[in-house]
Amino acid sequence: MTTTTTMPAAPASAPRTGAAARPRRDLRRRVAGALTGHVYLIGAVLCFALFSWYPMVREFIMSFQRTRRGVTTWVGWQNYERLWHDPSFAAAWRNTITFTVLALVFGYALPFLIAVLLNEFRHAQGYLRVLVYLPVMLPPASALFLFKYAYDPSQAGIFNYLLHLLHLPASGWTQSRTMTIPSLVIASTWMNVGSAILVYLAALQNIPGELYEAAELDGAGLLRRIWNVTIPQTRLILSLMFLLQIVATMQLFIEPLILAGGAGVQDSATSVVYLMYQHAFRQNDLNGAAALGVMLLVVLAGFSALYARLAPRQD
Amino acid sequence: MSVRLLRTVGAVALAAAVGLSLASCSSSNDKSGASDSKTTIVVDCPPLKTDNGGKSLAQWNADVVAFEKANPGVTVKSISVGSQCDNPPDFTARLQGGTQADVFYGYMTDLNQVLDAGQAEDITSFVNASTVPYWDSLIPSAKTAFTDDGKLYALPYSAYTMGLVINKNLFKQAGLDPAKPPATWQEVATAAKKIAALGNGIAGYQEYSAGNTGGWHFTAELYSRGGQMVSDDGKSAAFNTPAGQAVLQNLHDMRFTDNSVGTKQLLQWPDLLTNAAAGKVGMYIGAPDSITAIVNTFHGKFSDWAMAPMPGDNGAAKAALGGGNGYFFKKGLTPAQIKAGIAWVTYEELMPGQGQFNYVAQKEMGLPVGLPQPQIWVPGSEVQKKDDELKKANTNLDLTDYASFVASPLAIKLEPPQAQAIYAILDACMSAVLTQADANIPDLLKTAESKVNTLLSQSK
Repeated sequence: MTTTTTMPAAPASAPRTGAAARPRRDLRRRVAGALTGHVYLIGAVLCFALFSWYPMVREFIMSFQRTRRGVTTWVGWQNYERLWHDPSFAAAWRNTITFTVLALVFGYALPFLIAVLLNEFRHAQGYLRVLVYLPVMLPPASALFLFKYAYDPSQAGIFNYLLHLLHLPASGWTQSRTMTIPSLVIASTWMNVGSAILVYLAALQNIPGELYEAAELDGAGLLRRIWNVTIPQTRLILSLMFLLQIVATMQLFIEPLILAGGAGVQDSATSVVYLMYQHAFRQNDLNGAAALGVMLLVVLAGFSALYARLAPRQD
Repeated sequence: MSVRLLRTVGAVALAAAVGLSLASCSSSNDKSGASDSKTTIVVDCPPLKTDNGGKSLAQWNADVVAFEKANPGVTVKSISVGSQCDNPPDFTARLQGGTQADVFYGYMTDLNQVLDAGQAEDITSFVNASTVPYWDSLIPSAKTAFTDDGKLYALPYSAYTMGLVINKNLFKQAGLDPAKPPATWQEVATAAKKIAALGNGIAGYQEYSAGNTGGWHFTAELYSRGGQMVSDDGKSAAFNTPAGQAVLQNLHDMRFTDNSVGTKQLLQWPDLLTNAAAGKVGMYIGAPDSITAIVNTFHGKFSDWAMAPMPGDNGAAKAALGGGNGYFFKKGLTPAQIKAGIAWVTYEELMPGQGQFNYVAQKEMGLPVGLPQPQIWVPGSEVQKKDDELKKANTNLDLTDYASFVASPLAIKLEPPQAQAIYAILDACMSAVLTQADANIPDLLKTAESKVNTLLSQSK
């Protein structure tokens, strides 16, 4: 009977020793690699924690507190109830939503159309890009002061002067209750349209030329090409810009502050963020401002979640 | 050293650097003045570098040197917070962040928010006639404005009442006598119409209506007609009265019947004073220091201006809205720092012939000397007489331009509780009557009244 006990032990054990050592070395390497990555992250995490997450958590906590005579107490939902009854609360949300909708119509569709047109130009595209981007380089406060002069309700304002040349009645612009929000939208669109155009142009220029050639061979006209090639090919950028546009426009503040003195005529310009500013810095009510901030956060987070669910995916 | 090891060491060094710098940020709380032998105080709101070509700041710095020489062991560090001294939102931000100076400037109406933020030291036991020589001659209302529950939290050094500021040149051009300024609101409207008729974009009268300043002026004009903003117990609005309606009706008529207040509205403090300095405003409601601002900040000429008492309803005004400033002392200061701070504020702001009362220096700098401000001394007191003598000896104004304002002291009425929130609500009334031809004044006041009542009921 032959046995298999003659198999030498040493050669068998040598590879075993090597196999055990290798995973340990791998583990060490992996831990060292991960550690390096995590150590590099510390700076960014600390910055986010200190300057983004901590203030957000603090705001949430403050919205359930009230500080009087240096003593802070928990007050439950009182700040939210107080805000609900604030005389300007409804107007602030109404104005903010109206502004967001109008800014979407103009600030979202317009730059896309301009980008599509610019993309059709074969010459001087660089110059045109600089021209449309120029307003973005102007500091927003300076641009708004220019608009403040342009909106002068007398004929000294360039807009009313133009209306006069066209034999149209003058407008009160930011002094008119009905025209306040449209006036803010015009200024805001003028200031921001350049950035959106550049993003759209970058997306458009990534569309393979063969797709357009094929469409042309199939007899597609300009509108057909836009509908069947351009829009499907840029839908990811379009949907991302849609989200960013809404998040940015809901935070309307500097436009009403500079163009309409903050509140405008009978709250015609009051926005949610301006109301927050009023509570925090003019009415010594940081807790009320925090409650309003949380409300806006919830609305925007809800919208973002909805977007994440419905937005088109790469696949 | 391998690349991997180098990277790890680099990352650890970076993290350590970030950690250290953050730690240093969080521990940068300056314990100035902790030493017994040397007391350091940080004081805010010196004159701006841009004020008066920097001459006012140079004078302040010279005063600091003289004070330190007279008070060995005390160091005064001045920090400028820019024009934020007169920008309430920035003041609130500093207060909430706890980044205000050791001795910090504030309005009389700031006491509540300073106490709510827990940022002021009780200085009652440090202030008396020996530490502040003219303490007993300071007007009681200024002391009361900075007192809560019997404790004093700031040293007042300036008080004002509002009046009617007029442009003498425009009065003359319109055929009006600046020596006989309007005494009633009806006379204001008549004069404004004549001045506006000069054309060239000149408004006869201008008014605020945005950024809470509209509500502030509504209050001033209501007080002048004998009204009040809130009930005596502070629990309900009290401005929806014939006097309140008259304030708004008068402005609406001036805008849409007389067209004497300009078409561009939603004005705030710098808008109106810019127009005034450019010679485009015949009259406005303001305190004497607005004329200093026209000269200092907006490059106007003080010789163009005169001041009259607040106009009244059918005769003299019933009361004038008043206010003022003082210096608070930050919570946590040592007794030595509080004493040094009080000594400095007294030296610079509360001694005749020195600091804000150094009329010789102000005259040399080309600033207006002789304006009826600051109205901080009790009328008839020795120090008030002394200050008046110094003022007269150095004046570069025609004092007759201010004679009627000085000769008609009105009862001072301070701002209502929750002033800024109430002003924000009243801004809506002011902006409506100045921009809407069809503004319904009774409705506007009724809505504002209901909003203020809600506000006051919630603040309990």
